[in-house]
Amino acid sequence: MTTSNHGGPTAAVFTNMTDSRDPNAGNGAATDSQWPLWEVFVQPPKGEAHEHAGSLHAVSAEMALQNARDVYARRGEAVSIWVVPSESITASTPEDMGPFFDPGNDKPYRHPQFYKVPRGVRV
Amino acid sequence: MASQSAHQPSSPDDSARVAEFEARIARGESIEPKDWMPERYRKQLTRMMSQHAHSEVVGMLPEGNWITRAPSLRRKASLLAKVQDEAGHGLYIYCGTETLGVDRHELIQQLLNGTAKYSSIFNYPTLTWADIGCIGWFVDGAAIVNQTMLAHASYGPYARAMVRICKEENFHKRQGYEIMATLAAGTPGQRAMAQDAVNRWWWPSLMMFGPHDSESSNSEELTRWGIKRKSNDELRQRFVNLTVAQAKAIDLTLPDPALEYDEATDNWKFGKIDWDEFWRVVKGDGPCNRERLAARRKAHDDGEWVRAAATAHAAKRRAASEAA
Repeated sequence: MTTSNHGGPTAAVFTNMTDSRDPNAGNGAATDSQWPLWEVFVQPPKGEAHEHAGSLHAVSAEMALQNARDVYARRGEAVSIWVVPSESITASTPEDMGPFFDPGNDKPYRHPQFYKVPRGVRV
Repeated sequence: MASQSAHQPSSPDDSARVAEFEARIARGESIEPKDWMPERYRKQLTRMMSQHAHSEVVGMLPEGNWITRAPSLRRKASLLAKVQDEAGHGLYIYCGTETLGVDRHELIQQLLNGTAKYSSIFNYPTLTWADIGCIGWFVDGAAIVNQTMLAHASYGPYARAMVRICKEENFHKRQGYEIMATLAAGTPGQRAMAQDAVNRWWWPSLMMFGPHDSESSNSEELTRWGIKRKSNDELRQRFVNLTVAQAKAIDLTLPDPALEYDEATDNWKFGKIDWDEFWRVVKGDGPCNRERLAARRKAHDDGEWVRAAATAHAAKRRAASEAA
C-alpha cells in the first residue's frame, strides 16, 4: 500500500502526515471541512503491521473509525484499523534527513554482512 | 526544525533548489508533502488533483440516476458498489490534494460555484441502461489507462491514491463490459440499445485524454516534473488499441470508419476527433453541465443537516464525558 510504491527517502512515510496542511483545520467548527483531520492505518490480514492508508475528516474518533472502515476497508483489506488525529503526529522533516538519520549509516557492524565466517559454513 | 519552506513562494534565487528538485525527480525519487517544491509544481498538482477529485464526485451523478432502474438485483448491487467506490476515490484524492496545503472546503466551493473543472465526459446524459455499461467499459477503461500512468507520478500522495484507485477500477470496467456483452448477445432491441450507446460514448471517451499533445498547454511542464509519464496522444492510442479487440469480441462496432490497423506501428489508427465539441463541453455548454452542477449543489445543501447533526452529537457526547 502506501509505502510500497514510493522510491523516496526513508523519512517519506512520516512526512506524509502533517504540517503542510492548515494547522487551524482541526477546531471542530460547523462545516465538514473544519472537522479535524485523522490519519488512517489499516492492518492487512496475515499478521502484518498497520500501514498508513490515507486520511479523512471526522467530528469524533468514533465517526473517524466508521468512515475509515467505509472508505479504506470495503474489500476485506483490513483486520484492524487505527485512526489518529493528524495533529498528534510528530514527524521528522526533510531538513532532518542528513543529520537525523546519519548515525545509522556509519555503523556497518550492525549488518550481518559485516562479519566474516569460514568458507563453506552456513551461519 | 519545522519546515516553513513549503509555503514560501519561489523566487529567482531558488534556481539552485529547482535544479536539486528536478534532479530528485530525474532520480525517480518521490516528492512528499513537506519537501521543498516549486510553487508552480504545487499549483499544477493542486489544479490537476482537485479536477480529478471533482471528476470522481460528479461521475457519480450520471450513474446514480440508474440505481433505481437497474434491470436486476445483481446489477443494482454492483452499481451501488461502484458509485460508492467513486465517492471513496473522490475522498482519496481530496485528501491527497490537502497535503499540498489547500483546504478541501475551498476546493468543493470551487466545484459548486462552477469555477473548477471536471472531466467533460460527465456532462453527457445516460439515456438508457446500456449507457451504464458503456461508462464502465469506455469511461472507466480510459480512466484506468490514465491512472495506471499516474500511479507513477512524482508526487507521493497522488501516486499512492492512484495505486489504491486502480485496484478498484478494474471491477468497474468489467461490470460495464459484462453489461455490454449481455446486451449485445440479447434480443435485437437490446443489441440496438448497446450499439446506440457505443455510438454516443465512443468519441467523448477519446476526448477524455485531453487535447492533442501539440495543443496541450500544461503537458510540457507536467511531463518535465514527472507528474505525467505519457502524453495525451500516447494514452489515447493505448486506449484505442485495447478497446478495438474488446468491441470485436462482443460484435459491437466502434463508430469510426477510419479505424484501421497499422502494421508498421502496431497501432489502430483512428479518425479525427471533433475538438470543437470538446471545447464546447469543457467551457460549460455540454448537454448536462448545468444539470450536473445543480444536482451537486442540491446534494451538498441537502446534506447540511447531517453535518450539523453529527457536529451537535459529537459536542453533546464530549460534554457528557467531561461532566462524568
